[in-house]
Amino acid sequence: MKPATDYLLHLADNALVLGQRNAEWCGHGPILEEDIALSNVSLDLIGQARLLYQLVASLKGGNCTEDRLAYFRETHEFRNYTLLELPHHGPLSGYAQSSMDYATTIVRNFLYSALMALLWEALEKSANADLAAIAAKSLKEVRYHLRHSRDWLVRLGDGTAESHARTQAALDHLFPYTQEFWAQSPAEAAAISAGIGVDVTTLKADWNAIVDAALGEATLVRPEVGGYVTEGKKGIHSEHLGFLLAEMQSLARAHPNAQW
Amino acid sequence: MNASVAAAWAALETLADPEIPVVSLRDLGILRDVREAADGLEVVITPTYSGCPAMGQIEDDVRATLANAGIAARVVTQLAPAWTTDWMTEEGKEKLRAYGIAPPHRTPAGSNVVRFIAKPAQVETVPCPHCGSAHTVESSHFGSTACKALYKCLDCQEPFDYFKPY
Ligand SMILES: [Zn+2]
Repeated sequence: MKPATDYLLHLADNALVLGQRNAEWCGHGPILEEDIALSNVSLDLIGQARLLYQLVASLKGGNCTEDRLAYFRETHEFRNYTLLELPHHGPLSGYAQSSMDYATTIVRNFLYSALMALLWEALEKSANADLAAIAAKSLKEVRYHLRHSRDWLVRLGDGTAESHARTQAALDHLFPYTQEFWAQSPAEAAAISAGIGVDVTTLKADWNAIVDAALGEATLVRPEVGGYVTEGKKGIHSEHLGFLLAEMQSLARAHPNAQW
Repeated sequence: MNASVAAAWAALETLADPEIPVVSLRDLGILRDVREAADGLEVVITPTYSGCPAMGQIEDDVRATLANAGIAARVVTQLAPAWTTDWMTEEGKEKLRAYGIAPPHRTPAGSNVVRFIAKPAQVETVPCPHCGSAHTVESSHFGSTACKALYKCLDCQEPFDYFKPY
């Protein structure tokens, strides 16, 4: 059971944290259509997270619920990729709402969706039938997320000098974080040997093909990566996750058991 | 089909979708089955999109409709096989069109084309539900809800939603 729940929490936390991040654009989108698109992508991601948390709660039993997992765990208990908790800013800009950078949002959604389109497809064959069912649904959704982010990646990269420069800067900033995809965690290793999880490194060549084709069309240069490999999926996070969780969890913690 | 199963189907036959009230849950393929389990009647529904905010409402509506008809049944949510727009009835698609929403095309076979093809070789034509023109363009991948894309007709100039294949 433990291999399953640890791995499911990794998948669920990925979806929840990125869903929460993307929802920050609700009411602040660069154009109305994108405001709506990002909110819809968030709804899909939060829906996927809910299905996974419900599954974890049913496996853990006792008084565990999806809300308990989302709202009452601490930063170090979250198992998402560090990439997904970063704010919508490049490394050198401020942190005001007004300096949110859409290129950063698009590049991140593209890099993650490209992975998940492959991973959900592979997880349709998981030995855990409930996870396989969630994967089959999520796959249909992530294909639209990938299409959306890929189109905007090309539009921004192959756009004006300003949009190109900002998209390349976002790519340079975010790409090193994708190293975490390929560094297997103990939870992933356990899930793979139990037949529940998928060895993500077997998807790397396909991910590279998707990424390189899109970057080529977008006239963007793939950054060299190296150096520190983040470990969010082991619970070692950047300073940004705490702020994200504080905002997301404050209401549930201020009014435990509230219903509306 | 025994009498209680038939009665449940009859009661739910016309129950409308809360988001698009011109189509029934049965037309949309959300209402999957009514069956007799060991401990009584079971009504099976399946979610559309994982995050569809209407799902809670749908479950409540199904329960209330059964209760009003005096039918005791459990409502079970089932994920597999995953809902697809291919389950939509022809009648349902026609009702969508009349309501101003372009109905979904069939999902492409295999569906994993997004992987390596940079751009679809041929962009699918979505006829305008208002005037029937094939001269339409996509304005946004996501429309009023996640399940729809926003289109515009270049002939009658009207915007419209397209129910995306899922
Ligand atoms: Zn028209």
